[in-house]
Amino acid sequence: MTNVDSNSLFVVTRQSPETTARCWSCGTMRAVHFCSSCGKVQPPVPADYFSFFGFPRKLNLDTALLEKEFYVLSRHLHPDVFGQADEQERAWSLEQSSMLNDAYRTLKDPIKRTEYLLRIEGVELEEQSKQATEKARASGELKKQVVPPDLLEEVFELNMHLEELRMQKKTGEDDPELFEEVSEAKRSLEEKHDALLTELKNEWNRWDESVENASEDGRRKVLDRMVDVLNRRNYIRNLLRDVNEAMES
Amino acid sequence: MATDYIVGIDLGTTNSLVAYMQGDAPIVIPGEDGLSLVPSVVALDEKNQIIVGNAARKYLIETPERAVYSVKRLMGRGVEDIRDELKLFPFELADDLQAGEVLRIKVGDRTYTPPEISALVLRQLKRNAERFFGAPVTQAVITVPAYFNDAQRQATKDAGRIAGLNVLRLVNEPTAASLAYGLDKKKNGIVAVYDLGGGTFDVSILKLQDGIFEVIATNGDTHLGGDDIDNLLIAVAIDDIQGDLKLDVRRNGEAVARIRKAVIEAKIALSSEASTKLDVDLPGGKKYQREISREAFEQMIQPIIERTIAPSKQALKDAGLKPEQIDEVVLVGGSTRIPKVQRLVRDLFQREPHTDLNPDEVVALGAAVQAHILGGGSAITEDMLLLDVTPLSLGIEVAGGVTDKIILRNSTIPASATQHYTTQVDGQTNVAIHVLQGERELARDCRSLARFDLKGIPPMTAGMPRIEVKFLIDANGILRVSAREQRSGQEAEIDVQPTYGLTDDQVENMLLESYDYAEEDFRQRQVIEARREADTILAALAKAKNNQAWRDLSADERTRAESLETALIATKEGDDYHAIRAGIDELNQATMRLAELMMDTAVSSALKGKAMDETDFEEGPQAGHPMAKAEFK
Repeated sequence: MTNVDSNSLFVVTRQSPETTARCWSCGTMRAVHFCSSCGKVQPPVPADYFSFFGFPRKLNLDTALLEKEFYVLSRHLHPDVFGQADEQERAWSLEQSSMLNDAYRTLKDPIKRTEYLLRIEGVELEEQSKQATEKARASGELKKQVVPPDLLEEVFELNMHLEELRMQKKTGEDDPELFEEVSEAKRSLEEKHDALLTELKNEWNRWDESVENASEDGRRKVLDRMVDVLNRRNYIRNLLRDVNEAMES
Repeated sequence: MATDYIVGIDLGTTNSLVAYMQGDAPIVIPGEDGLSLVPSVVALDEKNQIIVGNAARKYLIETPERAVYSVKRLMGRGVEDIRDELKLFPFELADDLQAGEVLRIKVGDRTYTPPEISALVLRQLKRNAERFFGAPVTQAVITVPAYFNDAQRQATKDAGRIAGLNVLRLVNEPTAASLAYGLDKKKNGIVAVYDLGGGTFDVSILKLQDGIFEVIATNGDTHLGGDDIDNLLIAVAIDDIQGDLKLDVRRNGEAVARIRKAVIEAKIALSSEASTKLDVDLPGGKKYQREISREAFEQMIQPIIERTIAPSKQALKDAGLKPEQIDEVVLVGGSTRIPKVQRLVRDLFQREPHTDLNPDEVVALGAAVQAHILGGGSAITEDMLLLDVTPLSLGIEVAGGVTDKIILRNSTIPASATQHYTTQVDGQTNVAIHVLQGERELARDCRSLARFDLKGIPPMTAGMPRIEVKFLIDANGILRVSAREQRSGQEAEIDVQPTYGLTDDQVENMLLESYDYAEEDFRQRQVIEARREADTILAALAKAKNNQAWRDLSADERTRAESLETALIATKEGDDYHAIRAGIDELNQATMRLAELMMDTAVSSALKGKAMDETDFEEGPQAGHPMAKAEFK
């Protein structure tokens, strides 16, 4: 095995409870996902994405370190490494590396990371919205999206403008004034979007503190506030997508 | 060691190649004709013998109804998908084709599925490799367009199995190209691969870092390539002929095949010439002649090559990169020889693309590198690891005919997603899942991959079962599904109905037929070839005995040569090709000095040359430009 970064290995082995296990093949104490002695892939053990990487369940995450860990683990777990191994090892490698890729993809993106944390903390953010969507579709109604109250007026006006803009695009008309108004609305939405991200990061800090202090106090509240920020952000992101579509088409 | 050869195969729309890692460098394995490219053409001759490659090309003109080409465009597709395609290609489908069945194409009075036709090409490559190694080849890495969907990948894998190959991995073509490119460069940075081949277009953006080749984004069009340029030029020519000569040649297979040959030659000529002549003999003694300038050509193909812009921009966008952040641009595929295409790429990525690699060979060479890695690798590849992505999102149909995406495009593979299902009626024991691939919102706009029936769910009150279904895209980009009812812990049985594809049994049947044939075939060919080589050296020796050089040898040397000669004459009557080859080698050794003497005396009967290097090609001289060989005899 090449390129084993001892620091990286240390990170992976230090945090995880499974390190006491022995390698099924050579019997030595091993790293979690592969044997640090003989290099054999180990049977997958259920783990959340944070602990898969040996990270604490914190939201401020060093993405450069994450990438480094991802590469190191890829070199040990990817199916290409087990091209000549027996069927069982290849099956483990497939499962381990898919887990690795899923975990990396989720953790490297700040929003996905937050949503994932909420889910493993028992807040089914996605399910709620998905169920609402499916219910609305089944009944043939439009899904009612709750407009954040402070945006009510702005959204109402923006939707009218977008409708006008789409009509104009169809008829080939060109109204620079309207375009400018929509552009202005877009800038304002982008600012709000950035502000929400800042707000989210503040919640991250609160969450990480509570993990460090192992305090249950206020954890639930932080989680709820993150749900709220994410919902508002999703709303704004969808609006921005509509605006971009209307402007580009 | 003898059975451990793992080859890399580029199964192309127009040409296919097989390559192997020899020492520290991948090499392309030539065919018997000495050429590295095997045209992906399959024909039936007058005796219904299957002909593949260069030798099959003449049938495209003489008996077009008995030959097929560009079958890659039909892989993993249904009748509905290819209706437009069939207008452009002179293929006929089997008359008794049922809806929902895998396509079958008429070749003479037989019918073949696209995977079977591809398998015939693969078998030819397999034979070329076996001939090269003098040993059976059973394992391969095969490349596919990065933008191939699950069904197209599965069809390619099936083709490998039918050809008697264990397909260790499907590798995306642009990724393979980057492997070949990165092998000797050992650089870090962002690389864009622009791959415009005979029938498919791919663009991939990769991050190279300390031997890791991480694909960040990929995009493309599996129906865009040199074929489209040819078809456009053919259409223009047919219109011309209709207008100028009042001749309707559309239904005349031979005339169209002649035009096709002429426009391909013109297309190739225009990559280096400012203008060229089209000159086609038509039925009835008429001639179609036309001068075509590069400028006019470029104008004509503009709409086709512009279709590569949107996928390229999307790939950049998905990668979150601006053109100026791309460090290197690599060109792959024969169509990137067109100067206009090179200019377009330069404008797109604002960078001078690399043209130092042979765009026809680089994919096969990369496949050989990947084959080597899968075989355990060596010092030169030990740091190399490919992290590829799935080109298309995977989704499930939910209420209202909407696609619910569960694995997004450009996710690193292997990738997985887990979904939970339950029942809606008391005692329900089956749940149907419709799996889709594509980016569109509505299920009907996405590619239907398969319908899964979860069976054997323990009867419970509606909503009670909790069935966990795991979707996993493996390192080949192919979907695997497993399911478990969580309350009972029971593995649910999954019944897969691929939307377009062969069932395991079908593949098995095709496999057995060709397998029996292949084993025997391999041995027989080896014997025939060995005998022919023996005859060549024996004839040369007989001739040399009249030469002064023979008399100049010592008595011992003459005795040894003659005893080996007698032995070889006896051995070649048997069918042990290993023994025949050993006899040839011995005789070769023993007559080495004889050959030298003959060279010295400038008597040019090239005993040595003839025996050691088969030179009697049947296919004519090798041309520099691979597409220039598109000569139909």
